[in-house]
Amino acid sequence: MLEIRNLHARIAEDGTEIIRGLNLTVKNGEVAAIMGPNGSGKSTLSYILTGRSDYEVTEGDILYDGQSILGMDTAERAAAGLFLAFQYPVEIPGVATMQFLKVAMNEQRKARGEDELTTPDFIRRVKAAAANLQIDMAMLKRPLNVGFSGGEKKRAEILQMSLLEPKLCVLDETDSGLDIDALKIVADGVNALRSPDRSFIVITHYQRLLEYIVPDSVHVLYKGQVIKSGDRQLALELESDGYANVIKDAA
Amino acid sequence: MNMQSKKPITAAEQLLVDSFVHNLGNLPGDGAVLTIRDSYIEDIKQRGLPTRRVEAWHYTDLRNLLKTVPSIGKSADIEPAERLIAGANVISVVDGHAANIAATGGVTATAYREDLSDGSAAARMALRNSDDLVGRINGAFVTDGVKLQVEDDLVLDNPLEIQVLHGGGQAHTRFPVTIGKGVKGLFVERHISCCEEDALVSSITDLDVGDGADIVWVINQEQGLSDTHLGQINIKLGADAKLLLFVANAGGKLVRQEIHIVASGEGSELTLRGVNLLGGESHTDVTMTLEHIVPNCVSGQIFRNVVLDRAKGVFQGQIKVAQIAQKTDAKMACNTLLLSDFCDFSAKPELEIFADDVQCGHGATVTDIDKNQLFYLKARGIGEKRARSLLVKAFIVEVVEELDNEVLIEALEKQFETWLNNHG
Ligand SMILES: Nc1ncnc2c1ncn2[C@@H]1O[C@H](COP(=O)(O)OP(=O)(O)O)[C@@H](O)[C@H]1O
Ligand SMILES: [Mg+2]
Repeated sequence: MLEIRNLHARIAEDGTEIIRGLNLTVKNGEVAAIMGPNGSGKSTLSYILTGRSDYEVTEGDILYDGQSILGMDTAERAAAGLFLAFQYPVEIPGVATMQFLKVAMNEQRKARGEDELTTPDFIRRVKAAAANLQIDMAMLKRPLNVGFSGGEKKRAEILQMSLLEPKLCVLDETDSGLDIDALKIVADGVNALRSPDRSFIVITHYQRLLEYIVPDSVHVLYKGQVIKSGDRQLALELESDGYANVIKDAA
Repeated sequence: MNMQSKKPITAAEQLLVDSFVHNLGNLPGDGAVLTIRDSYIEDIKQRGLPTRRVEAWHYTDLRNLLKTVPSIGKSADIEPAERLIAGANVISVVDGHAANIAATGGVTATAYREDLSDGSAAARMALRNSDDLVGRINGAFVTDGVKLQVEDDLVLDNPLEIQVLHGGGQAHTRFPVTIGKGVKGLFVERHISCCEEDALVSSITDLDVGDGADIVWVINQEQGLSDTHLGQINIKLGADAKLLLFVANAGGKLVRQEIHIVASGEGSELTLRGVNLLGGESHTDVTMTLEHIVPNCVSGQIFRNVVLDRAKGVFQGQIKVAQIAQKTDAKMACNTLLLSDFCDFSAKPELEIFADDVQCGHGATVTDIDKNQLFYLKARGIGEKRARSLLVKAFIVEVVEELDNEVLIEALEKQFETWLNNHG
């Protein structure tokens, strides 16, 4: 599904290198967790995967289904099945959530050469997905993310993910700011989407989320590199011992 | 007048004088009205058009900007435009002449030229002040318009749409409107070009809103790409009156839209919303003055400007709060999206407050499209162009949606969307 090879990337504006020789492979159907202290480059990695122009790749490659995606822009990557659930979903006043969902779904369909959804079909899909995530349809009439609580924003991200049916989902700290009930709803939403041909990269600070979204692999990101990989057990160790040992071992 | 300041007359100034001389025979008015007209032309001859040295015209140097003046020309055969709002009653004025003033129950409409002919218009023709160029040009040339009287307590079931149409050349109109006490209704004033020929249009509306009335007044300036539009609305708000004034500029090459409001009755509530869509090489100036002269009034203003190409925009907003106008709550915001490197917008908000127990504020912002919002939309598969256009629309939709009338909102959104698509 995804293969990141010796990736180096820097901030376009000032040239600061953030990702420094990162390697990561995620297989079809795999759930890979990425953990790491604040500032290690987790969000930056998610932005580089989605082609944000604030960052420049200076070395290495990102292969998605065997093809380099470095030449594709953000929207093309999305249409090809890449989805990022934002750590901080962006508020867009003046764009109703429903309208946004419809445009996004149809633009992706168009880019893939599929027919646009009819309005009834669209509504039916949204209603079903919203019900699963306990999202009130009234919320979707509001402007996108505006006035949504922290939990509502995160649920709205998962709603978009289920409607857009991506192949590779990157979840950036989807658990932050969620109470345990909201966390369960979100995790159930993610688990419902798990399938042999859909992969996940779950970025998180805490192992708590990984009790609900059980990962196949765990990777520690530090200073722009994956310094250790392992299975679920690694997350538990990090939880009890902190990052210090892992960082020391890697040095 | 200081004789030394007298400058050589410009081509446009000369053309104004000439067209007055040529058309004098066709301008309605009794002796008093004709004397006024004459004095205004004399003013233009003597003082010239305002330059940037005149404070009220500082950002719109009309003497330099107005290059030419089309001749008055004959009335063209013009069909009324399609209604902005289905079901609206339409009153139309074509090329400066009242064409259809069939009134509906409770609304009396008469041709303004009658007031000119019998001289009763003379008092109304007084200038606001010595820099009132719109008043001067309109006073000199005005041919007709519609005088509207809406009887007390009338609730208009259907909107009233005033179409001010022209087919090139010059058109100068005036609309004295008296809204009776307790009236409720929606009024739309549209300025529409029906051809591609250049035009010079001036139009003044005098809107008197009676006590306790609750109305929406929309000014929709949809002039042609080469038109000069000089608009002015003079508003008086009665006690406990509520006015939602929506002013849209989406046309014209050289536009001055003046909005002058006096909150003269206690307890009035003014909501002013503006959308200015500026493209091409146009110059658009919205100048607003608001006077709070009695206590306990509320006013809120938001202007949203989208500027493209080489367009230039101006907003001058002045709020004056008199000493006795305690408990005034007056807010003004002017937000601009600059979408090209060659366009420009100047905002000059001004507060003059003489009362101490008031809440007043203003803010002006100039921004580009928000990068985070753009990235978010693109990350959902929405291409750059579509994403940008969604965000531009969102920027103006926010104020349009406050109109609280689905049909009107939809009509305006459609019009703005078409404009944006044509200028994309
Ligand atoms: N656009 C940017 N401008 C300036 N600094 C940035 C930018 N993007 C990332 N950084 C810096 O790069 C480092 C990694 O940030 P980030 O990827 O957000 O870390 P994480 O998500 O792991 O907490 C931080 O030091 C952050 O300040
Ligand atoms: Mg982060």
